[in-house]
Amino acid sequence: MKFETFSTADSFLQRLDPRVKLLSSLALIVVIALCTTFAAACGGLSVALLLVLAAKLELKLVIRRLLLVNGFVLFLWLTLPLTYPGTAAFTLGPLDFSREGIMLAALISIKTNGTVLVLISLLATSSVAALGQALVKLKVPAKLCLLLLFSYRYIFVIHQEYLRLVRAARLRCFKAGTNLHTYRTTGYLFGMTLVKSHHRAHRVRQAMVLRGFQGQFHSLYDSSVGKTEIGFALLMLTAVAALIGLELLSRISS
Amino acid sequence: MMAPPLIELVDLTFSYPEVQPPILDRINLTLQQQQQLGLIGPNGCGKTTLFHCMMGLLKPQSGSIRFKGKEIVKAGDFFTLRKEIGLLFQDADDQLFSPTVIEDVAFGPLNLGASPKAAIEASHQTLTELGLDHLEQRVTHHLSGGEKKLVSLATILAMKPRGLFLDEPTNNLDPETRDRLIDIIAGLGLGHIIISHDYDFLAATCVDLAGMNAGRIVAADHSALHTHHHLHPHGSHPHEHGDH
Repeated sequence: MKFETFSTADSFLQRLDPRVKLLSSLALIVVIALCTTFAAACGGLSVALLLVLAAKLELKLVIRRLLLVNGFVLFLWLTLPLTYPGTAAFTLGPLDFSREGIMLAALISIKTNGTVLVLISLLATSSVAALGQALVKLKVPAKLCLLLLFSYRYIFVIHQEYLRLVRAARLRCFKAGTNLHTYRTTGYLFGMTLVKSHHRAHRVRQAMVLRGFQGQFHSLYDSSVGKTEIGFALLMLTAVAALIGLELLSRISS
Repeated sequence: MMAPPLIELVDLTFSYPEVQPPILDRINLTLQQQQQLGLIGPNGCGKTTLFHCMMGLLKPQSGSIRFKGKEIVKAGDFFTLRKEIGLLFQDADDQLFSPTVIEDVAFGPLNLGASPKAAIEASHQTLTELGLDHLEQRVTHHLSGGEKKLVSLATILAMKPRGLFLDEPTNNLDPETRDRLIDIIAGLGLGHIIISHDYDFLAATCVDLAGMNAGRIVAADHSALHTHHHLHPHGSHPHEHGDH
């Protein structure tokens, strides 16, 4: 399992204070999600693309992640044109493909890709630990931040426990097939993974408590809001304002 | 006046719910400030449980724990104890959870209120003293077993403890890392209790020895450790035993 694929590259976006990135992405995503016109949606997508370029990410990895997301969007293309009421754009045998449905699917596709690209360029370029700390500093309830940090920590642990069990099963010549033995073994594997992860989580917590942990993470690398951060925030604010303007203008003109 | 013992257990009894007999049965044990005590006993006799009770991870049903002459009554008292006594877990993977070594070592000092700068300094110093400074930026779960063990010891030493509890520290260590651990422990000169099945390791690191069996301390013998000669495979190859 590989995480934080994008947080290791080196660009100014990676070095930017995560607080600014969190707030900027929140503003951008809200605007992109709420817009109803193509002009604003395409504008959002362009801003997102520019951000991805600025982050100097490996395009192959970005495209691979986009393909994953667009797998879900594909379902919309399969269902919306057939189910959305409106005038038929074209017919295929007994099936009517509605013009409005196609437009809606296209709009959603643009908005989805824009949102995901904003997330990749602004949030995935920080480590989860840094984001957790940023959330704490932004006064998000500490419990929620801890939940995020720990879920992330334990995904590795749980995955390792699982791999260890799978290895143990394989070494004793276990081969998955379509039979009750496989189902039962898989059930045991998941069950044991759950139990073992629970125990380990308990021990990790104990070790943390013994080292003075009192429910609060302290950051080792104190990030600060400097000129770059303010400049970036202003730039993003302008982009958000422009998108809102674009949305309003095209709503009036249509 | 003699300094009060670092830790003193009086009739400590602990049992897991619905398990009889109790895993710890009226334990009485004293560790003086600089005392170096080895604790030996069969698997499942309650050694680890004893450590967990002494650190406040488990709540004993009866008996009392005195830390530096003061009885521990409330949870806050354990915080004081934990500042001064470090417990090294059996499994280093339980102890290391931060992304990088330096972050994990700095976790304790940060919790004790050190500034990030001071925490990094203390961690760097500790790692250097243990000869581990080259691992600082390494990802903790990619370390070798021996490195993990030494780094987890560093995470505790960075908190500048007065005493150490080590739970089977030599498990799965190669002879070289084991010797390194012996040197480190000898160099610290802290009071400690070490649980181990490794007699030679205990002989090299402890002055006193206590045995434990079925939830009881069976023999708290002073100066009982000695070197002995025995047969074992590879014995004809040059090798060393700890001696005292």
